[in-house]
Amino acid sequence: MSLLEMSGLTKRFGGLLAVSNFDLSLDAGEIVGLIGPNGAGKTTVFHLIAGFHAPTSGKIRFKGGSIVGSKPHAICRLGLTRTFQIVQPFAGLSVIENVMVGAFNRERDAVAARRLAGEIVDFVGLGPRRDLPARSLTLSDRKRLEIARGLATRPEMLLLDEAMSGLNPTEIDEIIGLIRRIHARGVSLLIIEHVMQAIMALSHRLVVLHHGEKLAEGAPGEVARDRRVIEAYLGEGA
Amino acid sequence: MTGGLLLQAVVSGLLLGGVYGLVASGLSLIFGVLRIINFAHGAVMMLAMYTTYWLFALAGVDPYLSVILTAPLFFALGVVIQKVVIEPNRSAAEHNQLLLTLGLALFFENLALVLWQGDFRTVRVAYSNASFMIGEALVEVPRLVASGGAVLMAVGLFAFLRLTDVGKALRALAEEPEGAALVGINVARIRAAAFGLGSACVAVAGALITPFFYVAPDVAESFNIMAFVVVVLGGMGNFMGALAGGFIVGLAESLGAAFLPGSLKQLVVFMIFVLVLLFRPQGLFGGSRDR
Amino acid sequence: MIARAAGALAVAALVALPPLLPKYHLEVLISVLFWAYLGIAWNLLGGYAGQFSFGHAAFFGIGAYTSTLLLLQVGLTPWVGMVLGGALAAAFGLFEGYLSFRYGLKGPYFSLVTLAFAEMLRVVGVNTKAVGSSLGLVVPSTRAAPEMFMFSGKLPYYYIILAMGALALALTWKIGRSRLGFSLAAVRENEDAAETAGVDALATKLRAMALSSFLTALGGTFYAQYFAYIDPTISFGPGVSIGALLPAIVGGAGTVLGPVLGSFVLTPLSELTRYVLRGRAGADIMLYGAILVLVISFLPQGIVGLVRERRARAGRR
Repeated sequence: MSLLEMSGLTKRFGGLLAVSNFDLSLDAGEIVGLIGPNGAGKTTVFHLIAGFHAPTSGKIRFKGGSIVGSKPHAICRLGLTRTFQIVQPFAGLSVIENVMVGAFNRERDAVAARRLAGEIVDFVGLGPRRDLPARSLTLSDRKRLEIARGLATRPEMLLLDEAMSGLNPTEIDEIIGLIRRIHARGVSLLIIEHVMQAIMALSHRLVVLHHGEKLAEGAPGEVARDRRVIEAYLGEGA
Repeated sequence: MTGGLLLQAVVSGLLLGGVYGLVASGLSLIFGVLRIINFAHGAVMMLAMYTTYWLFALAGVDPYLSVILTAPLFFALGVVIQKVVIEPNRSAAEHNQLLLTLGLALFFENLALVLWQGDFRTVRVAYSNASFMIGEALVEVPRLVASGGAVLMAVGLFAFLRLTDVGKALRALAEEPEGAALVGINVARIRAAAFGLGSACVAVAGALITPFFYVAPDVAESFNIMAFVVVVLGGMGNFMGALAGGFIVGLAESLGAAFLPGSLKQLVVFMIFVLVLLFRPQGLFGGSRDR
Repeated sequence: MIARAAGALAVAALVALPPLLPKYHLEVLISVLFWAYLGIAWNLLGGYAGQFSFGHAAFFGIGAYTSTLLLLQVGLTPWVGMVLGGALAAAFGLFEGYLSFRYGLKGPYFSLVTLAFAEMLRVVGVNTKAVGSSLGLVVPSTRAAPEMFMFSGKLPYYYIILAMGALALALTWKIGRSRLGFSLAAVRENEDAAETAGVDALATKLRAMALSSFLTALGGTFYAQYFAYIDPTISFGPGVSIGALLPAIVGGAGTVLGPVLGSFVLTPLSELTRYVLRGRAGADIMLYGAILVLVISFLPQGIVGLVRERRARAGRR
């Protein structure tokens, strides 16, 4: 049984068809990359899976049960959470407090939540900055914080929305390493990313979205050679 | 319920509606551009009413004529409020800006109380009691002038926003704050102009109603809340919507007064308010754009 | 260490000194604690959850009217009446909150809805003979009857509001350190992010609403018993709504001690101006308005925020 499965997923905003008849299935332990030109509907897919938008039609199942119509917090408690393309830390809270918010899903007691949050803050490499307010962090650290907050909810599946955009090559390498370590903890990942080398290196499988439809799917090497994919990117002037 | 009473209520409502519409247009303009709910709006109106009163009482200036003075005066006051009080706190939390205007409202309202006590003052002019009949309904001339003048002013404002450069900049700022800054609009200046214009609108409304309305510090509060209702009804930032909303609220209030005992008419207005906020927060006439 | 000693000293003074105070000073102190208490109650919703209510008078009035009507009509002691009033206010708060939050009202829109609900109750109160209409209700206070929340002299009321404030403060402190406190902060800072971190934003806001309105209503009963008179404008008017939020904002919204500090600054200040400017109706509130503008301009994070900033700066040196 697949961990996450969607079929016939469609989202219409007024006259705009953002996602059209999209099928995707992920198994536990997979890392799947979701790529496509700007405006292809990738983030909308994340919104639909995580419960921020209700699909116009189609099914989404997580661990065998339908999550269509569930709110994001309920989906999070089931074991699926996401990060945002534009990071959204709780700016007024400290690093550790940000992560504690997530940790409280698994630990009801504040001391235990702080302990869990502390472990995860160390895990993502923010240990030295655990008591700083989130608003004072660099972009790279904010991206880590966002991942840490998600990890603290102990997800089985994590959706990462451009966790590397805006970072320099060194920082990108660090995030790649972090994603590998997250995967090694048994978390399955669905990743939107524009940094091509990174997503090629990380993904077991790539899915290409274009104008809201699935254009191609397969091993990274195959997809990169797919003529339609190349055209889609070139057509966008990329 | 006789037909005559109903007709009277409709006429009264329409005559009140224009004034509400102008008060609310000013508030809506300020909200549209600054994204602030201006709690001091009613207080500015009250100050304008006192200005009109004193011009009349001390210098014998006709209330309608005094508009020539009050409009620019209160435009200036609005600009000063924006530049001195609001603009420096631009980056503060939304509710902080709301509290700034609340502080101003408390200040102005009680300044009036300190200076002129809570007595009701009235401006009695020769035409204060002039009236004529439409069928069975009494039309008081000062109310007709106020409502008509208010609508004219609101239409004038609308034309200003459509046709002049400053007006276009105001609308650009209301619709696309970042974009407006990018195309080189002096954003701070336009914001000051918005507060100034909004204040001038409410000042004119205040001047127009003094021939038939009492002047007292607490006028501020009742008109303030009414203006909130109208603005929400018309769609925050939608100027023409505010004018239309003014007539709806005016009608609701006068019909409520005709059919309900005591001051329960206000309940009708508040209920409309809450229902619109809940179910159509963008207002009855669509989004915060003046289409 | 110094802060802790100062705190202990302040608590000792608040407990031990009042019997020695002259009547007027005691009244001012009661007033300080009363507004601090309302500020603490408002702070749970407005500060911690970041939902800026502009209509807490609704809950205050429900509390005042429930206990007073029960006392006058069926002779029920306000000690019980205040709990019933609190429950009714919490129910009303949940209704108001559910409607608002369900339809996604935020920021100024939420403020306006709360204001409208309070105003509606005021209008209903003014127009309903059964609750005394605009004439209000007089609470009998001729005899001392502790079991009926009636005392001779001011001192017992002082200790009651002190205890209420202390309990509300302790509750706030405890919530701030609990899961609920973190959820409240998360919702205040960023609702979408809170949801992805597993926080049920709607339920969290409703909890804050219920707690805040319950506590506010208890303040209403206290007011009714202490002043022995309520009317719709006092109980449901904007005065109480503003009075509840100002100490919290001035002291520091979303901090435990903020409302207390705010009230200790604001209330004596307004008493002082009222005294100095006596005979000039409105002068005190005028000054209040001016101070509000200045405080928001120069202390956007309140007194607590200023202290924190100073400390952070000192720490960096």
